[in-house]
Amino acid sequence: MMSYAVEVDGLRVARGGREVVHDLTFSVPRGSVVGLLGPSGCGKTTLMRSVVGVQIVASGTVTVLGHPAGSRQLRRRVGYATQNPAVYADLSVRENLRYFASVLGAPRGDADRVIEEVGLGGARDRVAANLSGGQLHRASLAIALLGAPELLVLDEPTVGLDPVLRGELWGLFHELAARGTTLLVSSHVMDEAARCERLLLMREGELLADDTPDALRTRTGAQDLEEAFLHIIQGHEVAA
Amino acid sequence: MSLTITLATTRRILAQLRHDRRTLGLLIGVPSLLMILLRYVMDRPQAFDRYGPILLGVFPFIVMFIVTSIGTLRERTSGTLERLMTMPLGKLDLLVGYALAFGVTALVQAGVVGVIALTWLGLDLQGPVWTLFLVTLLDALLGMALGLFASAFARTEFQAVQFMPAFVLPQVLLAGLFVPRGQMSAVLQWVADVMPLAYAVEAMRELTWHRSVTGTLARDVAVISGCALLALVLGAATLRRRTD
Ligand SMILES: Nc1ncnc2c1ncn2[C@@H]1O[C@H](COP(=O)(O)OP(=O)(O)OP(=O)(O)O)[C@@H](O)[C@H]1O
Ligand SMILES: [Mg+2]
Repeated sequence: MMSYAVEVDGLRVARGGREVVHDLTFSVPRGSVVGLLGPSGCGKTTLMRSVVGVQIVASGTVTVLGHPAGSRQLRRRVGYATQNPAVYADLSVRENLRYFASVLGAPRGDADRVIEEVGLGGARDRVAANLSGGQLHRASLAIALLGAPELLVLDEPTVGLDPVLRGELWGLFHELAARGTTLLVSSHVMDEAARCERLLLMREGELLADDTPDALRTRTGAQDLEEAFLHIIQGHEVAA
Repeated sequence: MSLTITLATTRRILAQLRHDRRTLGLLIGVPSLLMILLRYVMDRPQAFDRYGPILLGVFPFIVMFIVTSIGTLRERTSGTLERLMTMPLGKLDLLVGYALAFGVTALVQAGVVGVIALTWLGLDLQGPVWTLFLVTLLDALLGMALGLFASAFARTEFQAVQFMPAFVLPQVLLAGLFVPRGQMSAVLQWVADVMPLAYAVEAMRELTWHRSVTGTLARDVAVISGCALLALVLGAATLRRRTD
């Protein structure tokens, strides 16, 4: 039972009077890095919101670390970085992290640790409003890392970052996974997809594939993942 | 509810205010200036004794209403509220955190405006000074609670700003700013009776004019506290862990 960090069964979500997630069922194994991919508007953010328990769902169940998503017991054990950076623009990076660290009851020094982990050491005393787009994203990501949660749900955490920084962050994600953290990461970048152990491919609120990158390449006979995705997404269109 | 989280929230809000020097300056400066202006527009000490307390009762309310409605709207739209709602923060932690931070701010504001009014402008305060601060504090908390509640109905900052005149000006008019309440029609008096701000203004009058704590003042304090509490409960109900 505890081998899965996330178990989604028959999930349906309606937003703005329209069903945008249709009957999703999948599981995320513990200690793995799972990528969530799909065209813009396909429902990645909605799915992640359901996993952290801030989304009103129409039906189905979402079980996280053995509890229903959003349960009180999960509030220290799940870290979530929203797609748009959620930080206080009028506070410095360190003040932001100190505040969220006290809310989480994270150990002293955790704020400084995560600032270093996302490479914001040089900007720790800068007010968030004066950060660059990528720095702001990393500040928001750092908050999710506070208190060493068992599950990290990261919505496009590396958007707007250069290849070097992206590489460093993915190094960090794998390090965390090696220590037993489970990561569910959405992305639009194919070289990132290749670094995931499993991939969930969505289109228009449906799950098209749930497999390892290698299996996806083999199944489609494609050279690279980009081609494999196009193949699956278009193949589905033909079948539909 | 957790004391650590509540106090961390208070510290965070005060830090936000500290970074925003201009807002802090306006919070203290604007009421002081208006008070001075009122004194010299009246130009008669008796008239100032009559209208000064009204302003004392209205400022903390208006200021805290605006600051809280914009502040919580920003928390909602910037995603920080959603983020907090995934964390072990109780709604009460957030509300009490806000209340403490803005309560402190309101007391500083009342301190400065009160000193200016009582010394330089010669406002004649009969009652004990602590009643002035007590009523100011409750008044500010009432403004804060209603601001929090109102922010739930605003999707943009433009809308939130419009709620201020909508919530506040009718109350100020009915509280007897231009026409004494006794001269209003029965219907308006009845409406005024259910407007919490009217009690704040009345309380300010009572404590400036009477040497001891009157029964009316005690009743006003009770009514303001009750309304602030009710508004806080309503405000709390608008904080949702799950949204669409
Ligand atoms: N607040 C909302 N109200 C109504 N509909 C919404 C809302 N947010 C998203 N939607 C709709 O729900 C669907 C899924 O949106 P979602 O944000 O989950 O997509 P996404 O896969 O994360 O896209 P992107 O890659 O662009 O971030 C879209 O059709 C979108 O228009
Ligand atoms: Mg998204």
